[in-house]
Amino acid sequence: MNIQEALLEYCLRLGDNSLIIGHRMSEWCGHGPILEQDIALINIALDHIGQARNWLTLAGEIEGKGRTEDDFAYKRDAHQFRNLLITEQPNGNWGDTLMRGFLFDTFNFYLHQILQHSKHEGIAAIAEKSLKEINYHVKYSSEWVIRLGDGTEVSHQKMQDALDNLWMFTGEMFEADEVDQLLLEESIGADLQQIKEAWNDHVREVIDEATLKIPESNWFQKGGKQGRHTEYLGYILAEMQFLPRAYPDAVW
Amino acid sequence: MLSNEQLEKEFQAKIDAEIKIEPKDWMPDAYRKTLIRQISQHAHSEVVGMLPEGNWITRAPSLRSKVILLAKVQDEAGHGLYLYSAAETLGVDREELIEELHTGKAKYSSIFNYPTLTWADIGAIGWLVDGAAIANQVMLCRTSYGPYARAMVRICKEESFHQRQGYEIMMKMAQGTPEQRQMAQDALNRWWWPSLMMFGPPDDKSIHTAQSLKWKIKRQTNDELRQEFIDKTVKQAEFIGLTIPDPDLKWNEERQHYDYGPINWEEFYQVINGNGPCNRQRMRDRIKAHEEGAWVREAAIAYAEKKQAKKNAA
Repeated sequence: MNIQEALLEYCLRLGDNSLIIGHRMSEWCGHGPILEQDIALINIALDHIGQARNWLTLAGEIEGKGRTEDDFAYKRDAHQFRNLLITEQPNGNWGDTLMRGFLFDTFNFYLHQILQHSKHEGIAAIAEKSLKEINYHVKYSSEWVIRLGDGTEVSHQKMQDALDNLWMFTGEMFEADEVDQLLLEESIGADLQQIKEAWNDHVREVIDEATLKIPESNWFQKGGKQGRHTEYLGYILAEMQFLPRAYPDAVW
Repeated sequence: MLSNEQLEKEFQAKIDAEIKIEPKDWMPDAYRKTLIRQISQHAHSEVVGMLPEGNWITRAPSLRSKVILLAKVQDEAGHGLYLYSAAETLGVDREELIEELHTGKAKYSSIFNYPTLTWADIGAIGWLVDGAAIANQVMLCRTSYGPYARAMVRICKEESFHQRQGYEIMMKMAQGTPEQRQMAQDALNRWWWPSLMMFGPPDDKSIHTAQSLKWKIKRQTNDELRQEFIDKTVKQAEFIGLTIPDPDLKWNEERQHYDYGPINWEEFYQVINGNGPCNRQRMRDRIKAHEEGAWVREAAIAYAEKKQAKKNAA
């Protein structure tokens, strides 16, 4: 694998994370627990889709074959998607969505904090721009995890269930493969070990304040970064890609 | 003490002098009631209106169009918020108003009881439904109740943007592949008549119009607004090569307006009274969201109270 190939993979991972979690968030539109939170969640979905567009456009530039953001979003099959498994997990209830957001946003925040200093200008620029938005995402999801964890008995139980269900998808975030190694050596990519420590600190602090318990299991699912996904991604794509697939000659 | 009669006289004098009525001013009960009904109906329409458009967010055919649609639906939610706040200045609270929506006591714009079947419907809603809404809302920017007028000024700015975006979708599709063209024409066929119904019953059948005009809550009649909308929209349809589904549509040189065919008011009243294709579905979705969100709202309150108690103890 050369640097260019690794860079393409790296941008697809970043872009697909944003695209898929943004898509999930957008499924909430019009169904939130209260109007203000509907608006807040749409806002976050918009941030994610916006970031996905930047990353996928950069991926196309790096690849140099003329593929656009929409080619990447609409014309790849599930095994070609590089998002983390946690991002494609179903919305569940409001608490499930916010817990998923919290676990991912915390990772995403530390990742972008490092990437804003990347030696690759394009990556550094997108990371720096996105960081302001992601900073808000972590704040928002952390607050909700605390509020619901330490709210009523019912909400506490729902949040503990959410955490238990999602925990096995957190390990993958810190699994470095050849792409990560190569780009770390070039000072382009982030050190996942460094992120893991920061992630652990923030997650434990918030979970503690939320009066919840971190699951003991250390067995984690992985494969998203390499294109091996859960059953859910196929359905997301079937829905998302329907029009461009059914009418390949159309411009929308 | 002034008598009610004197108060009413002064009130009408203010309206006639184009002075805005503010929340703390004296107003006739019927004026207050009419406004609560109209503003909350308007707020509910924004919120229920998120559903038919939300139906295509996950299937938007490009990332750009997905972002535009999301932002649009977010604007509608925001409009819902301003309008609920405007209604609250009249002494009702949002919970009550939502309760009235869910029990069927309050109405919302009937147009949202029609389904969005293809992507072209997203264009048609922006172009026609927002277009019709704007005609009404531009008038409401000058309505006599201050908070309502001010909310409408903000809303109008965003709505005209939405209308352009909707028209852009229609234009692209009307000039696209044969299948896209067909979707665009079909969407126009389905949304045209319900859009005309949005202006409400004809003037001689409208029970609220005369009083609302006197109070300057409304400033133009339903038929006037409908005619304005038709005149403007026919040209826009011609420009992109779509056909308005009305065989009686014809320019009337003498009136300087388009004549149009009869509107099916039976359908209008049926849909208002719950028999549209999506009435039940829309209410089920709203009630489900509200009920499923109950534990979240309760937890948020419980947490805030705990926090406050800790602060007080410290």
